[in-house]
Amino acid sequence: MIEVKNLVKRYGDFTAVRGVSFSVRDGVICGFLGPNGAGKSTTMNIIAGTLAATEGEVVVNGYDVYEDPIGAKSSIGYLPEQPPLYPDMTAGEYLAFVGEARGLSGDKLWEAVDRAVERTGLGEYADRMIRNLSKGYRQRVGIAQAILTDPEIVILDEPTVGLDPRQIIEIRSLIRELGRDHTVILSSHILGEIAEVCDEVIIIAHGEIAAADTLENLVNRYEGKNIVDLTVRGDAETVRRIADSVPGVTDAEIEAKSAGIVRARLSADRGTDVRETVFFRFADARIPILSMSYEETTLEKVFLELTKDRPESPADTVDTADPAVPEIPQTPEPAETSAEPEEPSESAEPAEETEPAEPAKPDKPEKPAKPAKPGKKQSDDDYTPLFGG
Amino acid sequence: MKAIYKRELRSHLTGMTGAITAAFLLLMTGIYVAVYNLRGGYPTFAVALAGNFILSANFVYVLVIPVLTMRSVAEERHAKTDQLLYALPLPLWKIVVAKYLAAVTVLAVPCAVMAFYPLLLGKFGTVNYASDYGALLAFFLLGAALCAVGIFVSSLTESQVIAAVVTLGIFLLLYFMPLFAPMIPDSAAASFVICLLLAVLLAVIMRIMTKNTAAAVSVGVLVAAAEALVYAAKPDLYGNAVPKALSGIALFDRLTPFSSGLFDLTAVVFYLTCAVLFVWLTVQSMEKRRWM
Repeated sequence: MIEVKNLVKRYGDFTAVRGVSFSVRDGVICGFLGPNGAGKSTTMNIIAGTLAATEGEVVVNGYDVYEDPIGAKSSIGYLPEQPPLYPDMTAGEYLAFVGEARGLSGDKLWEAVDRAVERTGLGEYADRMIRNLSKGYRQRVGIAQAILTDPEIVILDEPTVGLDPRQIIEIRSLIRELGRDHTVILSSHILGEIAEVCDEVIIIAHGEIAAADTLENLVNRYEGKNIVDLTVRGDAETVRRIADSVPGVTDAEIEAKSAGIVRARLSADRGTDVRETVFFRFADARIPILSMSYEETTLEKVFLELTKDRPESPADTVDTADPAVPEIPQTPEPAETSAEPEEPSESAEPAEETEPAEPAKPDKPEKPAKPAKPGKKQSDDDYTPLFGG
Repeated sequence: MKAIYKRELRSHLTGMTGAITAAFLLLMTGIYVAVYNLRGGYPTFAVALAGNFILSANFVYVLVIPVLTMRSVAEERHAKTDQLLYALPLPLWKIVVAKYLAAVTVLAVPCAVMAFYPLLLGKFGTVNYASDYGALLAFFLLGAALCAVGIFVSSLTESQVIAAVVTLGIFLLLYFMPLFAPMIPDSAAASFVICLLLAVLLAVIMRIMTKNTAAAVSVGVLVAAAEALVYAAKPDLYGNAVPKALSGIALFDRLTPFSSGLFDLTAVVFYLTCAVLFVWLTVQSMEKRRWM
């Protein structure tokens, strides 16, 4: 159990974290998501005790990190952004050092080292000097160090950075496994990773929590519509007429491209799949569909929506007189993409809402190795994929 | 704490700093012993350690201890391994003390070897073992105090090189302090002015460390006011105050009486105090790093 209340961290005149509050229940894998420089690492550093907060309260496993830092630290395993490794030791020696410094000794120490080596797949690399290890294996040693003493809480700051796809899969399954009997906080700016591994997501932007919820709720809450992206051969007028005639389509953007090629973006209400109707309408009109792709709201969209730069007067930045940071933050400003009110009617159709929860839709090829763009088909160029790849 | 000590000692031994320190210290002491005791015929080993200004073994400390201590905290910060130390469920002072003890252990090895020198000299004549071993103990404690200073400097920077150079500069200043001190004007007025300047310096340092102008200025003003009050009431107190204070902190010079067979307990206490003070300052400096 981690409870953070009104956490503020200032570096000189710069406020990195502004009144962040959240709590993570036991046995939950919680993902910190946010653009670079949003305050993820700072928050994690404060929870792990490597940094002191300017204001606020952090209670870890019942220990206040200011009142009883030793108690708090002994229940946390922490992997900082850069794994804190001594290059002049072998991985095994290093782990033994960390174990001893954390109070293990004798058989227990070696058991712990062996288990950590096994869980992180270090294998024979445990006997190599850390300076000779590749980045991926160094990262593993860092993770091994964090889980060495089997702490109740494991905090991993960007654990999969620098790993190859196979290692990423392995580390993710390790994290999921850890999540069964540990509380895990991990940060990432790779959305696929968060979507795949985490139970709950905390989106941090500009030093504040933009959203904190389960993955399903987040996606549901911010979902506006499904979008069908079409390229057809025909004239724009006809295409618009047909598009408007499809039931469920609320908006159609028609754009004539060169040589009788028209691109259409049809927006439909959530839960309405208009693809079949669209296909038959166009087929009836003898207008060939050259390509069709289907987008649904993904974590990536939610993320972009929540973390986009908001106009902010500099005077706001040092405003700490507002401690009223809600536990579950409110809906952010409506997106400019939609003309309709974004207000999520969560309770209205609960049965349907669970449906887009799983990022890996059945109609999407399973490829967990590729971290980017879960639940979203390729080929749309409407925004640049900032993440992963 | 034991784990940190072991790791630190290991790093000194595998990372050459320990070997360089021990080898250089032994080499130079050996040369001094050969020159003073074996060729010159002085019957006391203590002379080789501290007998002659510049030309005795304690000057070697000026050169080797910066090398020994430059890594200790600076490199941790540079490699970001300090993150691990901060995250360990150990109080910071234990970590610093472990590091300090590791450096002192490295220093103890050549000192232990030197303990054979008086025995060796005893083969050729009469040796006052008590004064020689007393001097060796003081020599070791001087090294221990200097290690604490070096580790403190190392905790102020991220660069080993800067740590080494600054430590070297401080040691040179301390070493030659007996030469500088008499040059400072010793009138009460001059001392008062210097004390006022120190108050200003204190305020500036506080401002840099805490970024709190009001507190820094008020501390500076308070100290200056106290100094002015003392000056108004008893100007005699300022007579010769600065040269005396400077000679007081001349760490190396305190070793000199030992070469003439005295065991100066104040020097021993002074070295121990220095060591404790700078280890404490290192803890504060590392603690402060968490708040930045």
